[in-house]
Amino acid sequence: MSEPVIDVKGLRTERGGQTIHRNLDMRVDAGEIIGLVGGSGSGKTTLLRVVIGLDAPAGGAVRLFGIDPLNAERRERLSVRRRFGTLFQAGALFSALSVFDNVALPLRELRGLDKRLIRDLVMLKLHLVEIEPRHAGKMPAELSGGMVKRVALARALALDPELLVLDEPTAGLDPDRSRSFVKLVQSLSRERGLTVFMVTHDVDTLSILATRVAVLAEGRIVADGPLDKIKQDKHPFIASFFGTTQPLPKPT
Amino acid sequence: MASGLVQLKTTDAGERVVILSGDWTLAALRSSLRKSFKALKAVAGDPMLKWDLRQINAMDSTGALLIWRAWGGDRRGSSLLKADHAAILERVAAVPPVEVARWRSDLLAPIVFLGRSESRFFENVLAIVTLVGMLVLDAIYLLTHPRQVPWREISATIYKAGALALPVTALVGFLIGVVISYLTADTLKAYGAGIYIVNLLGISIIRELGPLLVAILVAGRSGSAMTAQIGVMRVTEEIDAMITMGISPIPRLVLPKVIGMAVAMPLVSIWAIAAALLGGALAAKAQLGISVIYFLGSLPKAVALDNIWIAGVKTLSFGMAIALISCHFGLRTKPNTESVSNSITTSVVAAITVVILLDAVFAIMFRNVGFD
Repeated sequence: MSEPVIDVKGLRTERGGQTIHRNLDMRVDAGEIIGLVGGSGSGKTTLLRVVIGLDAPAGGAVRLFGIDPLNAERRERLSVRRRFGTLFQAGALFSALSVFDNVALPLRELRGLDKRLIRDLVMLKLHLVEIEPRHAGKMPAELSGGMVKRVALARALALDPELLVLDEPTAGLDPDRSRSFVKLVQSLSRERGLTVFMVTHDVDTLSILATRVAVLAEGRIVADGPLDKIKQDKHPFIASFFGTTQPLPKPT
Repeated sequence: MASGLVQLKTTDAGERVVILSGDWTLAALRSSLRKSFKALKAVAGDPMLKWDLRQINAMDSTGALLIWRAWGGDRRGSSLLKADHAAILERVAAVPPVEVARWRSDLLAPIVFLGRSESRFFENVLAIVTLVGMLVLDAIYLLTHPRQVPWREISATIYKAGALALPVTALVGFLIGVVISYLTADTLKAYGAGIYIVNLLGISIIRELGPLLVAILVAGRSGSAMTAQIGVMRVTEEIDAMITMGISPIPRLVLPKVIGMAVAMPLVSIWAIAAALLGGALAAKAQLGISVIYFLGSLPKAVALDNIWIAGVKTLSFGMAIALISCHFGLRTKPNTESVSNSITTSVVAAITVVILLDAVFAIMFRNVGFD
């Protein structure tokens, strides 16, 4: 793989007069599952928003599939947006649309897919995230927190994206669902070479899923590598983050 | 990126094989979806054909779904494919077929709808009456415990619904004054009764138009804001948080709004009436040559003082009604964002309707007062 999926160079971001990231470099290659960790307020979500082109950086360059997601030509920007799916922290389901319509929306936006194909694709995605068909007609307000998250994941997967951007994917899921989420992402990544960029606090998910962990502190990536190597790092944040929790053994 | 290709070949052994190649992904198939599916369907009819999917470069669930549909939801046992693609097809196959419920027309639906709206109407009336009762009890409690009166919230309501509404009410009042004066001046002049414009404007604006105008403006402006505020607090569970802290939401959220509006509305409407009379006087000067000084000087003779009191009582009750209805619909909001927008719509419509109803009641009650 020559071209990185996400390429951030010398990023500087500011919010409310405060500098959040200083000269931050990060690179994610195709097929990687990268976990971003950091203390609260360290700018994880801000970094995620900058990467997917929701916020503008104050300096530096962001490339998503080799394209600047904010300043590229309209057509290019649109084509980039179809290549990744985002799972927001609180789900961000459209409250006016049913579960089915939420997942169908990105497919309908493509135009030209026939109704039956859309229906089958939506049912397939809902099946992937273990939402039973009888919940398809429900409104987001009628769902539990965990279900909202899973429907949001189904929506993020609707267009079979090459890159999946996840903000706290397992927060609010019970351990059983977390495990099946991990399994799903693993198999998608294996079969389709799905790239995953996730922000998480969940050490279990990190240890099983992430091929690489990046630690965000002091406005930059202070450590980057496989989890086992990261844990040896002497940085005070890393020591306290991994120090108290013992990761579960990998399931066989 | 070559989109999905379907080829029919005969091997050296004389076997006929369907060879799929290229990219079977949503991105690649998007423009040629129907064509690819037709090509698949054309060869899928023959169950004796062997399928070779090994040359497929990339496959995603859309591609797999197309192939699966062409196969008619049945695995072709003798097909050759990559392990990863087999897993994708396996996942498509695992989805249980769904029966989509047919939409059936319900002949009774209009009657059910009518009944539902009626019972909802009575539910709302009951809830508002309950709310009034709770407010009265809270007010009595506060009278005996004056230290707990929420002064800060009351003053915030007066500022937001009163002081901040001054510019818009003045502008609208002024323009309405100009318009009414302008429209009636010609007719009055034709009868040689131009001087009576003072009576006409004085009575209609002070007694009727001023209070109603302000009430409708404030219902749209502050009523919607109150419903939105309380509704959002419900969505974000702030009201539940208040209750758990032992702060009861009705005296803290609803009561200050009702009192604040009762204070602010008469003041705002006097302000708007003044602006409307000024507009009317200026237009009368331009059209009929009646000087502004004369206009203002003859106002007290033309309009009995009782009319001002009526205006005051009316606007006070309008203000309380708007606050009550807005808070009621805010509290009734269900904890989801969709419900907030519904609540605001209903709240503004209900508030304006109730204001006009009250206005009619006042018109009947005071029909013998203020005309001499």
